[in-house]
Amino acid sequence: MKIAIIDYDIGNVQSILNAFENQGVCAFLTREKNEILDADGVILPGVGAFSHGMGCLKKYNLIDTIKEYVKTNKPFMGICLGMQMLFEESEEFGTTLGLGLISGKVIKLPIQRSKFEKLPHVSWNELSNKNIRWDGTILNEIEESSDMYFVHSFVATPKDERNILSTTEYSGYEFCSSVKKDNIYGCQFHPEKSGKIGLKIIDNFVKICKEKNYE
Amino acid sequence: MNKIRVIARIDVKNEFAIKGIHLEGLRKVGNPNSMAIDYYKNGIDEIVFMDAVAAYYDRNSLSNLIQSACKDVFIPITVGGGIRTVDDIRIALKSGADKVAINTAAVQDPDFINKASKIFGSQCIVSSIEAKKVDEDKWEVYTDNGREPTGLDVLEWVKEVEKLGAGEVILTSIDKEGTKKGFDLRLNQAVADSVSIPIISSGGMGNSGDAIHLLKNSNTDAIAIASVLHYGLENIQDIKRALLDNEIRVRL
Repeated sequence: MKIAIIDYDIGNVQSILNAFENQGVCAFLTREKNEILDADGVILPGVGAFSHGMGCLKKYNLIDTIKEYVKTNKPFMGICLGMQMLFEESEEFGTTLGLGLISGKVIKLPIQRSKFEKLPHVSWNELSNKNIRWDGTILNEIEESSDMYFVHSFVATPKDERNILSTTEYSGYEFCSSVKKDNIYGCQFHPEKSGKIGLKIIDNFVKICKEKNYE
Repeated sequence: MNKIRVIARIDVKNEFAIKGIHLEGLRKVGNPNSMAIDYYKNGIDEIVFMDAVAAYYDRNSLSNLIQSACKDVFIPITVGGGIRTVDDIRIALKSGADKVAINTAAVQDPDFINKASKIFGSQCIVSSIEAKKVDEDKWEVYTDNGREPTGLDVLEWVKEVEKLGAGEVILTSIDKEGTKKGFDLRLNQAVADSVSIPIISSGGMGNSGDAIHLLKNSNTDAIAIASVLHYGLENIQDIKRALLDNEIRVRL
């Protein structure tokens, strides 16, 4: 089992490596095209600004590699900014184009910023099931209302509601907290920072990769 | 109401977790790594490691500690103390920290917060503010673990760090720190009402009643606990249940 974590100089990747290791799987950091295409599963991590993230993917010629990998139908998961970049564009610092793998835009959390409603949204928060069953997905056997760790100011708004795997409410606004489109997954929260339940999501991803491997 | 985060704060000197009163008179209380793992297993929401002497000696020595803690602790980790350069932040993040807390370096060069948040994102940059009461409803910013007065007003400074791009503030009351006599309510109210970024309140908690009193009466977003956990006065689940019983939402 080979899980590639895309290395493009963004964020805390050590925790993601550790989370896979904790599940008994060896994950590795790479930006080499062959290693990525050859992997059984690929993670796109990321925190920070959308435009900076896309800029770094471009700098290391990773955009085409990611698109090519996704076409192989093997599992792919974006985390936090890595999920946001799956979409067509973001309004962070003007409009920046994303990977365009899932239809929809990334917008600033539309809450009235105040001493009561703070940005960034930094907290543990609950997952709700709206549209699709979680069986067989990264949220397999995860209970509704499970708390995950979030830290972000922007959210993805999928055009097709069938892509919304879970939603989460912050200051009265319900946003898409995880997505699924075919073999592509994304979570706005950090599974690698969400305790035991987060590790279960990592384990679910590994299981999906294994199943694909046997097909 | 959004969920409140219950954070363990572990101050570190050399290889030991330490605890003082008013950030002084430091005593060894345990091994920081095993304490972090223990708190994680008992349901803490985040861990903050603070190097208590780094700023004083001009160094940052927590990266080994973070590296080993991250292997077993799968919740957010913040590291503070001696973070002075972009490279220091890079090393901390590479070791496995999610956020860095910056105090002294930001006071000396406020643009450092701006620069760091542009490179790493605001979510990664926590402004650490040590506050000492100087008058009725007036607090002064201190640095170097409560040693150096700066002349800066806390309420002005917190607005400044928000503007500069800090994503959170960890606010330590020097007057209350280590006393177990409760949080400085006025300070936390005033700071949390001055900005719209999350505030972590640190310093003074002696029991869950202190936390309830603070959280019922202020807009703070998180509490950082040290003595209560280090000395085993109450366990994490009991604290969280006490908060829930008082209609304060937390993750169980």
